[in-house]
Amino acid sequence: MSELAAPAERGLAEIAGLRIVPRRFYGRWIAAALILLVLAWIVKAFAQGQIAWPVVAQFFTAPAILAGLVNTIIMTACAMTLGIVLGVVFAIMYMSPNPVLRGVALFYIWFFRGTPLLLQLLLWFNLALVFPTIGIPGLVEWRTIDVIGPFMATLLGLGMNQGAYTAEVVRSGILSVDVGQTEAAKAIGMTRLTTLRRIVLPQAMRVIIPPVGNEFISMVKLTSIASVIQFSEILRNAQTIYYANARVIELLIVAAGWYLLVVTLLQIGQFFLERVFSKGRGERRQPAQEAGA
Amino acid sequence: MIMDKPIVVAANVVKRFGPLKALNGVSLSIAPGAVQCIIGPSGSGKSTLLRCINQLETIDAGAIEVDGELIGYRRRGDELHELSDAEIARQRLATGMVFQRFNLFNHMTALQNIVEGPVTVLRRPRREAVAEAETLLERVGLSDKRNAYPIELSGGQQQRIAIARALAMKPKLMLFDEPTSALDPELVGEVLAVMRDLASSGMTMIVVTHELGFAREVASDVIFMDKGEIVERGSPATILTAPRHERTRNFIAAVLT
Repeated sequence: MSELAAPAERGLAEIAGLRIVPRRFYGRWIAAALILLVLAWIVKAFAQGQIAWPVVAQFFTAPAILAGLVNTIIMTACAMTLGIVLGVVFAIMYMSPNPVLRGVALFYIWFFRGTPLLLQLLLWFNLALVFPTIGIPGLVEWRTIDVIGPFMATLLGLGMNQGAYTAEVVRSGILSVDVGQTEAAKAIGMTRLTTLRRIVLPQAMRVIIPPVGNEFISMVKLTSIASVIQFSEILRNAQTIYYANARVIELLIVAAGWYLLVVTLLQIGQFFLERVFSKGRGERRQPAQEAGA
Repeated sequence: MIMDKPIVVAANVVKRFGPLKALNGVSLSIAPGAVQCIIGPSGSGKSTLLRCINQLETIDAGAIEVDGELIGYRRRGDELHELSDAEIARQRLATGMVFQRFNLFNHMTALQNIVEGPVTVLRRPRREAVAEAETLLERVGLSDKRNAYPIELSGGQQQRIAIARALAMKPKLMLFDEPTSALDPELVGEVLAVMRDLASSGMTMIVVTHELGFAREVASDVIFMDKGEIVERGSPATILTAPRHERTRNFIAAVLT
């Protein structure tokens, strides 16, 4: 501040000592109060409704429910793994200069996005009607019915379908990486595939992870439709129990509780994964370490 | 006169972008150790010529030889066979390229950027590559930035890392595509200093630039291009102070004002 401040500036400088009164957000307080009221009403309704909470507690850790939970988790993991692998492969094929590869990828995405998932599951499950046996002619041969049981049919149905969607997500991720990165990689002598693996895909991950995380969460719940082909995931096992004891709502609450728990864990995982792949994108703000090996 | 075998020879190179002829029959040869500056108005084809030399663009007619090897094709008798992706990648090892917009790998630190090529492409042991990268970082004056990500560096620092990254591949020829055009004025000097140092070490360089001062001081030879053609070529003194063609005169007058 200058000693020679003009009178007007000196006048304004005097406000420095005055007390600051923060803005009051009356709207927020009213809204929060209303929401709390509604919540309390819902909790009260469920507490007094015809729900036997002890039954919920009793079945929450029932062996059949836990076995279903394990199957749900295993299926989610396997189907997403298959989906991501297929997604990356078909995205790369789609963007390849090779017209044969492009054609195959286009057909795959067209077919698996164009038909209902439920129909695909039924198709896989009933494959034995078309091909009673599968294998390499003259070498090995299995009965289709033995190979493609509920687990295999569900895995193929969910995984192949997921692959078609993930391919588009991966493709948009690859497109989001600046062409300058590819040119720089070529300029140091990288081939197309090395460039993808070392330079483009790691940077595309930042764009790919949020939608794939989203689809991972969808997949947890999507496994429940496999109950129609007798895959014993958590919802099917809950149903089996309530067919026997008629505690429909209680068992649905048990299943809902487990789904919410698994999804919450996945969301936490996604948060950390996003942090890893935001490297060099400004989110990482700590100063570069000094020297050191 | 040129005694050594030229390191780059271009013969009647034509490059079209749709109806636009970016290069309209360009022929030139560049001697090893030369510092060849290329100047000209934007859209004159000078960057395109550079990008054709390391095959970031394919040419529509003519031929280019780099280090005595025809690029993009293999000659078998009377036929030219297109090279594969891997063979083109191998040919690119003869040249290093520095881009206007740096194009450092954003997900890697400065050191990782420099080490990436030697380790992934040349399959050199990581420890050796890191040791050489540290020497290069020192050479461009950025040893203290080895663990910084590109986003944490100024434009001038990024461009110096990009030069180090190209040099790590030990190219025979360095291509600079307007290396200072994207920089704030006060950062141009540090990049030009690194390039000056590189020129005095005997590296063959082709530099597309608007820095006429740099061209006058460092270039062994200057080409003026306009509308996809080489208008004139000569020593820096001739082209920059006493050009023969009116187009060159107009351009230099426009840049200097």
